[in-house]
Amino acid sequence: MDILLAIILGTLFGYVLQRIGAADPDKIIGMLRLTDLHLMKVILAGIGISSALLFAGLLAGIFETVHFDIKAMYWGVIIGGLMLGFGWAIGGYCPGTGVAAAGSGRVDGLFFILGGLVGAGLYTVTYRYIEDTWVLQQVFGGKTTLVTTGHASAIINLDWSPILAITLGLLMLLIAKVLPSKEG
Amino acid sequence: MYWHWLKGGCLLAGCFLLAIIFIKPIGVSTQFVILGGVAASFVDDNLVARDQTAKSGYRSSNAYLNKSGGKYAKSVAEPLNYGFVFVIFIALGGLIGRLTQNANPGKGSGPGIKQVPDCHLQQFGDNPWGRYLLAFCGGVIVLLGARLAGGCTSGHMMSGIMQTAVSGYLFALSAFAVAIPTAIIVYRK
Repeated sequence: MDILLAIILGTLFGYVLQRIGAADPDKIIGMLRLTDLHLMKVILAGIGISSALLFAGLLAGIFETVHFDIKAMYWGVIIGGLMLGFGWAIGGYCPGTGVAAAGSGRVDGLFFILGGLVGAGLYTVTYRYIEDTWVLQQVFGGKTTLVTTGHASAIINLDWSPILAITLGLLMLLIAKVLPSKEG
Repeated sequence: MYWHWLKGGCLLAGCFLLAIIFIKPIGVSTQFVILGGVAASFVDDNLVARDQTAKSGYRSSNAYLNKSGGKYAKSVAEPLNYGFVFVIFIALGGLIGRLTQNANPGKGSGPGIKQVPDCHLQQFGDNPWGRYLLAFCGGVIVLLGARLAGGCTSGHMMSGIMQTAVSGYLFALSAFAVAIPTAIIVYRK
């Protein structure tokens, strides 16, 4: 059952990444250069809509939170984020979009994956040197969410907090709408 | 050529919602570690081994694969698991996406694909190996960063912010803070 879900959801995700332009280095670099914000609009809308519906669903009790899971906050999140941003801007791919691009027939996507395997391998063999250092020390409460989901400690844990999350989601959708669009 | 932003946003949201409701939040970068581990386990027979005392039932001689009760060691030993198969099929989805997409007439080779993207062409010329080299180097740095951060654009930025995770917001801020100036400088033409 899990494997069937993996096949369906993986294929759907790759298909959507390709059709929104996320697997196209020109669209990614265009977004990062702030010259073509189409992809930025899609991503903001995607996060905003999913977040608003997620918390609306929670509020209405439509679904369970059993599969909710967030990542802990530690210094490495920021250092790693800065590094990823650099590689993302020169290579034009992040892990998911690189895989979709390679599948779509882009040779540079294949080279991105090869590089990614080298990078992941380097981290795997050097992990023992950093595992007990400050880099992986949790900060800001570790697994913390802004709004309560029942699965992590929340900064705002009040009856109306799902409304706040829905509002934030709609705000992201609004920003997506007002950002300038470029056709093509 | 690409979907309207609102249509794209709705379908992207659909992917992340389906995943978190039915199985678990979408994440990709972990599977680069797993694939590397699978390859390494062909060379090193002792990399992962069964261990009934470990939480996952597996242990590894590598500290990273062994962490969290051998969670990654188990995935390396049994790669036919949800997370790994999910990422493999992203490639198939990418292919279907391209084949069903209208080609951009008069541009590049194949239906709507330019092996050397315009941004690279204008800055560095039309030698595809220059582009492949940059993509390779980008891959090394992206995955090093993603593993240090514990997730990538999918896991931290999309799945994380969707659940209002503090780590997701800070990851996104850090990534864009470097990515925007870097792209502006590197691809200035």
